[in-house]
Amino acid sequence: MLELKNIAFSADNDGANKEIIRDISLTLGRHKFIVITGPNGGGKSTLAKIIAGIVRPDAGQILLDGEDITERSITERARLGIGFAFQQPVRFKGLTVLDLLRIAAGKQLSVSDACSYLSKVGLCAKDYIHREVNASLSGGELKRIEIATVLARKPRVAVFDEPEAGIDLWSFQNLITIFEHMQQADSDRTILVISHQERILNIADEIIVLADGHVTKQGTRDEILPQILHTEAAVSTCRMAE
Amino acid sequence: MVKMDPVQLRLLREVADLHDVPEGAYNFRANGTSVGRSTTANIDIQSKTDVSGIDIRIKPGTKHESVHIPVVLSESGLKETVYNDFYIGEDSDVLIVAGCGIDNCGSQDSEHDGVHRFFVGKNAHIRYVEKHYGSGDGNGKRILNPVTEVYMEEGSSAEMEMVQIKGVDSTQRTTVAELAAGARLVVRERLMTHGSQNAESVYKVTLNGDGSSADVVSRSVARDTSYQKFDACILGNAACSGHTECDSIIMDAGRILAVPSLEANNIDAALVHEAAIGKIAGEQLVKLMTLGLTEAEAEEQIINGFLK
Repeated sequence: MLELKNIAFSADNDGANKEIIRDISLTLGRHKFIVITGPNGGGKSTLAKIIAGIVRPDAGQILLDGEDITERSITERARLGIGFAFQQPVRFKGLTVLDLLRIAAGKQLSVSDACSYLSKVGLCAKDYIHREVNASLSGGELKRIEIATVLARKPRVAVFDEPEAGIDLWSFQNLITIFEHMQQADSDRTILVISHQERILNIADEIIVLADGHVTKQGTRDEILPQILHTEAAVSTCRMAE
Repeated sequence: MVKMDPVQLRLLREVADLHDVPEGAYNFRANGTSVGRSTTANIDIQSKTDVSGIDIRIKPGTKHESVHIPVVLSESGLKETVYNDFYIGEDSDVLIVAGCGIDNCGSQDSEHDGVHRFFVGKNAHIRYVEKHYGSGDGNGKRILNPVTEVYMEEGSSAEMEMVQIKGVDSTQRTTVAELAAGARLVVRERLMTHGSQNAESVYKVTLNGDGSSADVVSRSVARDTSYQKFDACILGNAACSGHTECDSIIMDAGRILAVPSLEANNIDAALVHEAAIGKIAGEQLVKLMTLGLTEAEAEEQIINGFLK
């Protein structure tokens, strides 16, 4: 279980101090699939980075299964079980997909085990396992490899920042299946996804709407989804494809 | 029988991945003298009579054979220039493993300047691997100044892997190649400098024949206060294609000067150069840290991958 208590964060914006996150408190329970949505610029990605330790909040406290991790580094949080999939995955000259999956797994993963993670994200493993994670890969391929690294970590709390961005419609269903399998595989796992996507919102246990640094709505899917359909917070797959 | 002390054997492992005497032809040189040699029916090795060094003659049509000619120096203050000539017969296909390891625990500089000349016959193919390594905690410098000359006849090809990852204080590397029609040269250089080391690598590749091609790629990392200069020039005198690339990471107060250059003397010469220098991207470190590595471990992984 992940608890955020009174989290605040502001950043310098052309000389002016802009509040990005304003006093957010949330409890993200075990075995929950939670989607954070809301308009662009509302603070969603910043909140995800605060959870992973990439951004340090100005105020507030973060607890993982009761342990205060507010002062913990990115590395320490990763080792405690927080996994993070970047919205824009990073490229590495020289590091192969296999290297990255082995780093993620924290052990000398066998090639066949590494391949199984790639198959889960819809990539033909033998074509990719020895490829460098460099500019020769398309945005969609990188995105799937990014998700595979989080799968290989088997995190207690998995945070995905707009996982659907850059992937095609075929792999969209694949993505939904990945989330479902992740949730089934570990009953203690919390999955937190930043997304506007209606089909992802549709499988959420809980939906949180973030706007202007505040939580404006929070509740079960059945409570929240009808309120936000046809708004910027919930776009259909067809609209995305446009 | 090859006789070497433990330091020399360690150097041998570093530069030639050798744990034992290799199969095929070899010549081991330690502290200025030959300490072991073997020839085969197709590969002959003879000492030069005028200068220090050897002639390696590979018969035409020799396939799937190898030649190892590692050099180790473990005596402080030793300076030598060695001339090794390789005559590679037509239609042969061989692996040549060279390399030099210096261990200098003394106060005097140790230096090995190896001049390698390759005469690659028609349609022959060679793969050449050269590793340089230095160790020892003395004040004396470890200096390596290799000169590589490659003369390639029609339809021949050469893949050259040159690696210097650790411990060499000063290097002036010069590589010259001349290619006839249809010849192909591929060079992969990997270099890491640290401390106050200085490394310069100069290439001059001349494409003289139609259909000849060259691909010269250097990846390097300069750490601490070290300095590197990469100066690669490809000349196109025929309908040919050439590509040179220098890709470098700078760390700490490391400095790199990249000077790629091209000269086209024929309307059908297609030449390209690329050069990129930069520090490790912060987002790369962050990504690996979210996978559980410390910042130092992440840095090491990125560099190891880059220089792999």
